Amino acid sequence: MEKAEKITTFDTHVLSVSISPHVKSPVTVEKIMWTVVACLIPPLILATAIFGIRVLIITHISVISCVLTEAISEKALGRPVTIKDGSAVITGILLAYVIPPGVPYYLPILGAVMAIFVTKQLFGGLGSNIFNPALIGRAFLMATFPVAMTSAWITPKYLTFNVDTLSSATPLFIVKHYGIQALIQKYGSLSYIYKNFFVGIRPGCIGETSAFLLLLGGLYLIYKGYIKWYIPVSMIGTIALLTWIFGGEHLFQGNPLVAILSGGVMLGAFFMATDYATSPNYKTAQLIYGAGIGAITVLIRLKGGYPEGVCYAILLMNGFTPALDSWFKPERFAPPKGVKK
Amino acid sequence: MERVFKTFKKGGIHPPERKEFTDHLPIEQMPIPSEVDILLSQHFGAVCKPLVKKKSKVTEGDIIGDVEKGLGACVHASVTGTVKDISFSPHPLLVSIPSITIQTDSDAEIRQYEPEDWNSLSREEMLNRVKMAGIVGMGGAGFPTHVKLSPPPEAKVDTLVINGAECEPYLTVDHRLMVEHAKEIVEGIKIILTILGIKRGYVGIEANKPDAIEEMEKAVKEGSNGFDISVVPLKVKYPQGSEKQLIEAVTGRKVPAFGLPFDVGVVVQNIGTTRAIYEAVVFKKPVVEKVVTISGRGISRQANLRVRIGTRLKDIVEFLGGTIPGLKKIVVGGPMMGFAISTLDYPITKITSGVLFLTEDEVDLYDYKPCIRCGFCLDACPMGLQPNEIGIYVEAGRAEETGQFGVFECFECGCCAYVCPSKRPLVQFIRIAKMKAKR
Repeated sequence: MEKAEKITTFDTHVLSVSISPHVKSPVTVEKIMWTVVACLIPPLILATAIFGIRVLIITHISVISCVLTEAISEKALGRPVTIKDGSAVITGILLAYVIPPGVPYYLPILGAVMAIFVTKQLFGGLGSNIFNPALIGRAFLMATFPVAMTSAWITPKYLTFNVDTLSSATPLFIVKHYGIQALIQKYGSLSYIYKNFFVGIRPGCIGETSAFLLLLGGLYLIYKGYIKWYIPVSMIGTIALLTWIFGGEHLFQGNPLVAILSGGVMLGAFFMATDYATSPNYKTAQLIYGAGIGAITVLIRLKGGYPEGVCYAILLMNGFTPALDSWFKPERFAPPKGVKK
Repeated sequence: MERVFKTFKKGGIHPPERKEFTDHLPIEQMPIPSEVDILLSQHFGAVCKPLVKKKSKVTEGDIIGDVEKGLGACVHASVTGTVKDISFSPHPLLVSIPSITIQTDSDAEIRQYEPEDWNSLSREEMLNRVKMAGIVGMGGAGFPTHVKLSPPPEAKVDTLVINGAECEPYLTVDHRLMVEHAKEIVEGIKIILTILGIKRGYVGIEANKPDAIEEMEKAVKEGSNGFDISVVPLKVKYPQGSEKQLIEAVTGRKVPAFGLPFDVGVVVQNIGTTRAIYEAVVFKKPVVEKVVTISGRGISRQANLRVRIGTRLKDIVEFLGGTIPGLKKIVVGGPMMGFAISTLDYPITKITSGVLFLTEDEVDLYDYKPCIRCGFCLDACPMGLQPNEIGIYVEAGRAEETGQFGVFECFECGCCAYVCPSKRPLVQFIRIAKMKAKR
């Protein structure tokens, strides 16, 4: 034990007298954000291995642009600079993860300005934005650079299937325009599809290909208590269910597994739909929100103009969040009469 | 046999318990200090009027202050000596309140209390002894016990719940009392049951006190003849010791908002109070002593101390060998709901359960940030309220609109502020909201 001071009066200026509670959980915003960053690293390693060093460069450009935009906007808006909290880094990574690996290097810079300056900082900064910044960045790029954003795919180097005229088209594109049989034909067999898609060896956006690694990261976040299972489970479940019912030639003939292993479902379900600021806060609302994302995703995939719908589905449901939050509140402990439980 | 540990359903948190500092230390008698300050408002209720004058001689146990009207409990001289002054003492909540300073007569004989068989006493006599002993709820709120033991006739009380949860980190007062005085506590439970005219009593104890559960079960087995008393082991979860949460955990009943335990047929008493009732009824001993946990890394020796009411903190610090460099916060009560103080002139009251000397690594010194809408507070709140919204409304200057989020049902347990990753001072926001919002 340290040597005790034989004093009973002391300089009370050193004492803190803030109000209770005097102890607080060691979980801070920074800790949560940097944990999410860590969970997003494995898919990047895999993407670099299958698509080449280019994806690493794009991701870096995106992260640096986001952090710089955050710092400059906060300075300009007279707010404390909060780049150390890791949230801009997450936006940077997610923005890179939802664009194709073959896009020009300046694209993520434009996306970053849209994501951080317009979508996040102009709405009030961390916690105050209505829409997911990375997804607004992607939506903006889809509208402004439609060709690059829908065709700059790269065929994974380690893929052994026959590269034909469809070249590196994404699985969802093939399914949408040529049917699931074409996809099976291209990859050889259904079980081969499952295996490759689960591991992540397929064409697609930079960070969305590996269901396994994204699942691993997502489950870790759930285990840590940073996110809840409600949104990912209801979103993935709804996509599987609706694809099974409506995704085939006849009712109940769709392939739910291909549906959830392709496109941005896993990335969206665990890392984007669960974004704190843009998703509802409580159980019931989260379940409905997740189901809504799933339903809109399937609607866009089956009937819309794009092969993939996760991005727009999440953005549309973001708009629903304030309403869901006010409709579905926590259950009160024996509230007074007249108050809704 | 597999034990089923009960708990309340909604919310709750698991802060570091840090009870290992003191949970193994037997209760130690601190020598009587040379002076004590008896606060004339020890607790909930009206301020007492002094019944003695400067230079009066007083004997331990004399009533020196009493309430004239309204809710309250009398206060006693905790030592034999001379009234030195009637002035003011610092108080963590009320800033400064009237107090009587008694200079101890070191030659006085230690007062002895003779036991009596309580079975021969009438209910009225037992209740009167509780009142005359100045007993108040020792768990923290300090509600006068004789009032709590006289439920209105329309309240159909059928169950007594004894609160041995002691869910606040650090504190080990009730734990030690149960281990060392289990038999007396069981007698106290029987006395309370007799006063209430009922048979059924439960003792809720959290699972982190296995020795207390064991001692209490043994004492109940040996001593509960004629009464239906049982020990209910509880899962460790804060705030289990909150009245409403404890009643739900033990009986499954939910006390309605703004209601009292009477409304669901329950009376709750704390372990320390139960033992005080035993001493008051059997020995006619008033509340002149209190067991307090002195803990934290900022004091050179941690202890469970039995001290006279009115003992100044500086005498306790001196007795334990002084504070340690790095001391950052002194908290009266537990770390979740206690009050930070800035002076050691503060005297021990009937409701002081502990004083914590916390160093920098033990306390929260984070700056707070904006709400990131993670929803952690919604899951932590045992009352199902929305602390996040209350905080945002208060910051936006719209505190008067927070009634819709149930701000008046909040009992300030601090779970929301504990889990908040932005370290927002949610309890502080809620207190502001309570002052400004309309009920």
